[in-house]
Amino acid sequence: MTTAAVTAGERTAKAKPATMAQALGRALRDSMAEDPTVHVLGEDVGTLGGVFRITDGLAKEFGDERCTDTPLAEAGILGAAVGMAMYGLRPVVEMQFDAFAYPAFEQLISHVAKMRNRTGGAMPLPITVRVPYGGGIGGVEHHSDSSEAYYMATPGLHVVTPATVEDAYGLLRASIASDDPVVFLEPKRLYWSKADWSPEHPTAVEPIGRAVVRRPGRSATLITYGPSLPVCMEAAQAAVEEGWDLEVVDLRSLVPFDDETVAASVRRTGRAVVVHESTGFGGPGGEIAARITEQCFHHLEAPVLRVAGFDIPYPPPMQERHHLPGVDRVLDAVARLQWEADN
Amino acid sequence: MTVQELPGAAAYRPTPPPAWKPLTDPAPLLPDPEPYRVLGTDAVADADPELLLRLYAELVRGRRYNAQATALTKQGRLAVYPSSTGQEACEIAAALVLEERDWLFPSYRDTLAAVARGLDPVEALTLLRGDRHTGYDPRTHRIAPLCTPLATQLPHAVGLAHAARLKGDDVVALAMVGDGGTSEGDFHEALNFAAVWKAPVVFLVQNNGFAISVPLAKQTAAPSLAHKAVGYGMPGRLVDGNDAAAVHQVLSEAVARARSGGGPTLVEAVTYRMDAHTNADDATRYRGDSEVEAWRDHDPVQLMERELTGRGLLDDEGVEEARAAAERMAAALRERMNADPELDPMDLFTHVYAEQTAQLREQAARLRQELAAENDQHGTEDGGTAR
Ligand SMILES: Cc1ncc(C[n+]2csc(CCOP(=O)(O)OP(=O)(O)O)c2C)c(N)n1
Repeated sequence: MTTAAVTAGERTAKAKPATMAQALGRALRDSMAEDPTVHVLGEDVGTLGGVFRITDGLAKEFGDERCTDTPLAEAGILGAAVGMAMYGLRPVVEMQFDAFAYPAFEQLISHVAKMRNRTGGAMPLPITVRVPYGGGIGGVEHHSDSSEAYYMATPGLHVVTPATVEDAYGLLRASIASDDPVVFLEPKRLYWSKADWSPEHPTAVEPIGRAVVRRPGRSATLITYGPSLPVCMEAAQAAVEEGWDLEVVDLRSLVPFDDETVAASVRRTGRAVVVHESTGFGGPGGEIAARITEQCFHHLEAPVLRVAGFDIPYPPPMQERHHLPGVDRVLDAVARLQWEADN
Repeated sequence: MTVQELPGAAAYRPTPPPAWKPLTDPAPLLPDPEPYRVLGTDAVADADPELLLRLYAELVRGRRYNAQATALTKQGRLAVYPSSTGQEACEIAAALVLEERDWLFPSYRDTLAAVARGLDPVEALTLLRGDRHTGYDPRTHRIAPLCTPLATQLPHAVGLAHAARLKGDDVVALAMVGDGGTSEGDFHEALNFAAVWKAPVVFLVQNNGFAISVPLAKQTAAPSLAHKAVGYGMPGRLVDGNDAAAVHQVLSEAVARARSGGGPTLVEAVTYRMDAHTNADDATRYRGDSEVEAWRDHDPVQLMERELTGRGLLDDEGVEEARAAAERMAAALRERMNADPELDPMDLFTHVYAEQTAQLREQAARLRQELAAENDQHGTEDGGTAR
């Protein structure tokens, strides 16, 4: 099976408010119903339906051999998924929280990411690793890490992160259908965000790797993804008062990276700010800024700026608001772009 | 046709490989089939009445502490609380068997063990309140930070105990882990290291039946978690985790063994988590009331109270005294937790490195500016009063 196996239904059914969590659950359900090789495994995914209830009902509908509560061992879960994929299944693994995926890094980096390459293409691994990530929900230590840079730095992995209800469905379907391993990062503070969405006639599944312009504009481009998209949309709205017309690009996929959409936008606006809550130093923004500079140098009227979390371990919940980049920090950066341009 | 069927071929009889002999006789390492008990058995005759009364007072306080902390989550004073109600006997015995110089390596559910060891109840709660990751200096109290990633503290306990022995100190480390945590690779690696190094460590598994929603039967196929010890070459001990006297005795023996150079022990305490996993969990999704009810009769506080009153060591007045002391502790905790902690956002940058990097100094300056601007704004909005 290749990507983009699902087509859009006719949009006849009435759209109702649905949460991102529901859309993700629906994507798992539809993938399992369509393809008997799709198996879900992880901690508490069965009876409980996962601590975020994403897998709710799957064990009931498909049995506990298709949706399996595993022993509590991330290396074991992902390692077993490797073997399952080697034998023709399509495992979808749930890591309970960002920081609890770390025990599985050896499997992820040494095996999941490299099996295709090690075997000269003979043994691809169609594994999806779902990781709730990021902060903003008041979680205590080890429950709010943004680990995307680690994943991005590992060749062989796709790294995908939805920011909308529709994308949550579409991107997860595409990830499960992908013949390559995908780290599917779920912005947990958007789990309960809602949109009008019809689960009966879900969105068409685009192949992963395409960014999308969420808001067209002319003054500057905000490049963002996952949990920071709503922040950027709000900033763009607020910027109108200052007379700035900001374009917002939602990357959706960090690997592969959609240079085309990003470069086209920055060439139009001449200015760019990359926004994410993960740390700035060695973070995704550095790579993105470098690519923009390489491709759009002659169109740039200011240096590409980054608005990121501070370079500190994720703070305790009472302090997290100081760490997370909010609307003001984004607007400050935009103001600095103007200043750079005028001088 | 198989080789054996070839005409004239002699039957092949394999002999054991020349170098092989078992390293240890596994029999003495095996746990007893039934969890060891003291309360309500003949063994109680040997128990020190003073110790029993001390355990009782701590159990009553511990129960009250759990109730108070849970109530604080409802008032939004704690971000989350993983209650150890039903497991107080394990928590308290773990704290009381250790000498001052020993170390405790708790998991995220073991706030009570830390408090019973003497840690300030508010300092013990900072992680769960959300103001500081660890509100105390582990070296002062010899309590490692409450550990959220499961089983990752176990190798630390082994390393610390090993280091102490290398230095010639007779220090023991006691590390706590849940039944779910025994599935993690770190658990296995820690046990193996400890046994090979003969490190002075005691591993206490609180088998409370569930890892969030997953029952023990889906966690392990071993006859018991204590049986796992044998494969590493250390003794496994099975104890009734609701019987404080029994847990105290089994842990004491394990600590003594470790201290005298006998190496590590794995203790499995069979207990039950009476509350949900945390206040955020819905336990009705994975277990029925009848199962929970069945454990009420085997409540650790009640077990001890029945024993002590039955033997005439405790009367109504004594019960009342213990409850009053627990109430005073709870009132003090409530009061102190009702005050907002004083937080300095600049602390975010202070303890990342021994010396702040230029990069962090710059980021700290930026935050300071932002906060000043925020303050100014509030100042104007509030009619000029500084905040
Ligand atoms: C490495 C890791 N994976 C997952 C989690 C999420 N998690 C927190 S508590 C828990 C269940 C722990 O069960 P158990 O070890 O039996 O301890 P108990 O909660 O019963 O005290 C899980 C899965 C975690 N904290 N660490």
